[in-house]
Amino acid sequence: MEWQIIIAATIKIVVFVFLVTLPLVAMSVWAERRVSAAMQDRVGPNRVGPMGLLQPVADGIKFLLKEDFTPNHVRKTYFWLAPALTMVPALLTCAVLPFGSRLFGEKMVIADLDVGPLFVFAIASLTVYGIVLAGWASNSKYPFLGSVRATSQMISYEISLGLSIVPLVMIYGELNLGRIVQEQAVNGWALLPLWGEGLSVKGFLFAIPLFISFIIFVTSMFAETNRLPFDLPECETELVAGYHTEYSSMKFALFFLGEYAAMIIGSGLAVTLFLGGWSLPFGWLAPESIDAIVPWWHGLIHIGCFFAKVIGFILFFIIVRWTLPRFRYDQLMRLGWVFFFELALANVVLTALLLMWLK
Amino acid sequence: MAIVVERPKLKWWEHLYLPALAQGMRVTLGHFVRILSKKDKVTMQYPEEKWDANLPDYYRGAPALVTDEQDRERCVACQLCEFICPPRAITIKPEEIPSDDKWAKVEKRPKVFDIDMIRCIYCGLCEEVCPEQAIFLRKDYAITGTSREAMVHDKQKLYEIGGVREGLVNKWNDLK
Repeated sequence: MEWQIIIAATIKIVVFVFLVTLPLVAMSVWAERRVSAAMQDRVGPNRVGPMGLLQPVADGIKFLLKEDFTPNHVRKTYFWLAPALTMVPALLTCAVLPFGSRLFGEKMVIADLDVGPLFVFAIASLTVYGIVLAGWASNSKYPFLGSVRATSQMISYEISLGLSIVPLVMIYGELNLGRIVQEQAVNGWALLPLWGEGLSVKGFLFAIPLFISFIIFVTSMFAETNRLPFDLPECETELVAGYHTEYSSMKFALFFLGEYAAMIIGSGLAVTLFLGGWSLPFGWLAPESIDAIVPWWHGLIHIGCFFAKVIGFILFFIIVRWTLPRFRYDQLMRLGWVFFFELALANVVLTALLLMWLK
Repeated sequence: MAIVVERPKLKWWEHLYLPALAQGMRVTLGHFVRILSKKDKVTMQYPEEKWDANLPDYYRGAPALVTDEQDRERCVACQLCEFICPPRAITIKPEEIPSDDKWAKVEKRPKVFDIDMIRCIYCGLCEEVCPEQAIFLRKDYAITGTSREAMVHDKQKLYEIGGVREGLVNKWNDLK
């Protein structure tokens, strides 16, 4: 019995993390370049493979073959440790994301934790160590400034990120991501309560705080992943390249991939919490309960649905990046502490009042 | 005196930042859709698509030597182009034309005429200075080679690019 669980978990880890998420990281780099090119009336990488789809492979080979230069003035141990510390937490958070309902009776989640969102926040906040170490170990002023900015930004936005999902948790009374998704599959997505029990005055009223949560969550996610319009840690115009200025070759690539992996996990979490995870809209093909038997082709459709949503969300990330100018640093801090923090708190109170009134 | 620039007073909904987001998205997505649907075409995909047919008459490409109608080399090895060439790309070694040659009255011709295309800056001074109208800048621009030696155009190559030029060409026309 024991070894069966281990084998199932191993297969899920290998397939989900290494065969799906990592290629998705590579493909989102390609998508980023093509989309940004199209937005700026350019062409983008279109030479390697059909439509340039093999460009990530070429990039990878380039990164591996480049000289891996370690400058003399850096603190070597931490300098080498930092890139790994940014990449690993991003991939670790994959563990609790339910990427499908069930396939051959097996739950499509690597670790079915009862504290899913807490685990994600705990691990995701470790990413900041990689950035701090990179900036400090580089022993040079631009990386240092970049990493200091990254630290303060990530710590500030983590608060609103955590608070923003409290209303959701209160409404569902659940911290297990799989069961949250199951609930949404049957009774309407958090942002789209148009079927099941969600299709009622109560459902629509709950959608108001959830929508506010969604806005705060997504914006804080942008800040957490250091994406534009909040990419102050690495803003080229002021800080050369921010915390990875001194890095080259594969070590730089790890920072780069870590950022994209964080973006994918962030999208996955947003989709899971607010957009019904792997479920199809209007309760189509929704299993009756979390323990119900799901035909294998339903399971496959659910997995496809999850990744379709995640890819859509990544495209949204990309489009926003190439649309908005960067915030000023004081504006960023003001937005985080003065606006989002208060709004998230008020949102929690609003949800509590709604729950009290409607119970 | 310092000029005071008034900051515009924003409406409350402009403070929200979200309308600006939607506006920006409209612009970028507009470009995105127009490019993807091939309504707009901005980029020319170079090796497949070329602009050669539209090159202007005054385009300055690779310099080349020409022969005249009677198949005589126009160059008389006066070396003016060699002297004026700013990057010193041109090397000429003159030689006497033997007296039994058909063009013996011309007296001199280049024995060696090399243009180092790594050095050439396509300035066109050689063409301007040539009293015999023997050297012209052509429209060839993709000059490539795998070694430094291959990038030196010798006399034979220069005549190959240049070909035959008929009649006198008025160099001091409107184009110059």
